[in-house]
Amino acid sequence: MQEFLQQLVNGVSWGSIYALIALGYTMVYGVLQLINFAHGDVFMLGAFFGYYFSRWTKIAQEPTLFGFFATLLFAMAACALVGIIIERAAYKPLRARPRLTALITAIGVSLLLENGGQLLFGADPKFFPTLISESKLYESENLVISNLPAIVLAVSLVLMLLLRFIVLSTKIGKAMRAVAFNREAAALMGVNVNNVISFTFLLGSALAGAGGILVALAYPKIDPLMGLLPGLKAFVAAVLGGIGNIPGAVLGGMILGVSETMVAGYISSTFRDAIAFALLVIILLVKPTGLLGSRVGEKV
Amino acid sequence: MRKWVIFGLTLSLFFGCAKKEDVIKIGEFGGLTGSTATFGISTKNGIDMATEEVNAGGGLLGKKVQVIVEDDRCLAEEAASAVKKLVTQDKVVAVLGEVASTRSLAGAPICQENQIPMVTPSSTNPKVTEVGDYIFRVCFIDPFQGEAMAKFAFDNLKVKKAAILKDGKSDYSVGLGQYFAETFKKLGGQIVADESYFEGDQDFKAQLTSIKGKKPESIFIPGYYTEVGLIARQARELGINIPLLGGDGWDSPKLTEIATIKKPGDALKDCYFSNHYASDDPNPIIQDFIKKYQTKYSEVPDAMAVLGYDAANILYDAIKRANSTEGPKVRDELAKTADFPGVAGQTTIDSARNARKPLVVLKIIEGGKYEYTATVNP
Repeated sequence: MQEFLQQLVNGVSWGSIYALIALGYTMVYGVLQLINFAHGDVFMLGAFFGYYFSRWTKIAQEPTLFGFFATLLFAMAACALVGIIIERAAYKPLRARPRLTALITAIGVSLLLENGGQLLFGADPKFFPTLISESKLYESENLVISNLPAIVLAVSLVLMLLLRFIVLSTKIGKAMRAVAFNREAAALMGVNVNNVISFTFLLGSALAGAGGILVALAYPKIDPLMGLLPGLKAFVAAVLGGIGNIPGAVLGGMILGVSETMVAGYISSTFRDAIAFALLVIILLVKPTGLLGSRVGEKV
Repeated sequence: MRKWVIFGLTLSLFFGCAKKEDVIKIGEFGGLTGSTATFGISTKNGIDMATEEVNAGGGLLGKKVQVIVEDDRCLAEEAASAVKKLVTQDKVVAVLGEVASTRSLAGAPICQENQIPMVTPSSTNPKVTEVGDYIFRVCFIDPFQGEAMAKFAFDNLKVKKAAILKDGKSDYSVGLGQYFAETFKKLGGQIVADESYFEGDQDFKAQLTSIKGKKPESIFIPGYYTEVGLIARQARELGINIPLLGGDGWDSPKLTEIATIKKPGDALKDCYFSNHYASDDPNPIIQDFIKKYQTKYSEVPDAMAVLGYDAANILYDAIKRANSTEGPKVRDELAKTADFPGVAGQTTIDSARNARKPLVVLKIIEGGKYEYTATVNP
């Protein structure tokens, strides 16, 4: 029983990483109906910005809580900037084009960041400094809960609530929802569509940056391709939870994380991805809009 | 403009040809970037040192030796195309590489087909030299390594129940795990869990939790250093405080850097792995090499550097004895290598083109340093 609980803890902490990345996917999709495949790579950039910042400022040598937050904020700001640049340079010129064009551009940006990262940072893995040292929150013979996964989980939940608050209860959030609902009508009502979309990317990329730092804390190996698979799986998690739905992204991430861990722990790690994805197919067959997604009538 | 381009091309062709005359081209393929990059870099350092020494002493057969290096980014597909390029385009006379058995296995058939001798410094999976009679290695093989570690665990550490956590996609890791299990069971021990992970994985807690439930007294992890470091951290995080054991894939300066929770290397303190040489061995050949290496690269050489150096020297020695760079002649001389005074021990190539030599067991101690523990003879 305790082993099962431990696997559940492992699964939730791994799932919260998917959740953190899935939040950014789902928000950009919600506003633009664009699957931003470069999102996972912005997440990778976040980890590298943090790595270089913490070494350059010597935070890595003497980690403090303040140093950790400084690194986190720096990575979030840098990623937000990158997100805006990507949107302005790659997506904005194509906004009036068919959706497929933007999708392919997103894949292009993703490949550019991955390979550019290999050129710039080198392809060999780097090891993220221990900014917060590991300690145990709860420990019995068969069940151990340590602080790092708990921090990742707490941060994803806080960010989820914060995002929900921004989208539902602020002026800019209202504008985002208006743009999501009908871009032309929103523009006619005096909403500055360009600014709203830029803000969406800013927010999503800052989230990815935070994700990069948090993941690097719990799993300190970082390399330019680290965003590829988690990014893909986070996208799956977002679809699973109902793409465009913020709590859905977190729920989807948790389900994916827990099912992967359970399969690896109890069945076989060889079939980990196969079984986890089979589960996804089944859920989507039963509920095509995802677990928390609402059914939207196709606009004719 | 065009004229100049043609002129330039002709010129380069001319120099290209002229150069071909007075050098012996040796190909080297290795992962200089990627998941096990320190293996490739150390091997290259070792080979470069050997080559510089040979060239300083007048070269081979009156010609200078030139090593052409291809980076395979630690990918098997890239390894195959790197070897193809070395053999067909650069026309090398022999190939040195790889460290990882999976990548050596990708390159070996190309060398065999073209009758180009290939010497791998440190691929330990037995299948590598079974590819054909042009493929050699200058290190011991995994059945020996797996057996030695199983005996060490059973006899020295008094372990009766062991678990295995291996890389399911790596020939090296699967093979080594299997040989460990065979010997350990023969001795009367019990393998309570046999789990897999895959190179590039970040999270190993599911497998480790499952292993923990079976209550082993030790875990054998026949993987490469990046994953081993992460596994050690996560094992300690989960409260698994038993010794971890491994093979020569652990040997990298990065290993203890990754496996650091509070103090350097603390996640792997009191763990053991088998290796090709011990840097604290007082043998003057080893200490001289370490001194030379340190002045050149300002770090203590790992086993990959030592084996890279030995592999290059054994190849150069064979070319000298063959008095030719023709594939079949060099091959015959390589096969005759006996009692070559390598840094990683006296090297004799046996009829299966493997090297017969002792291994050492190293213990990871305070500060992430290695301490010599035992020597096992074949």
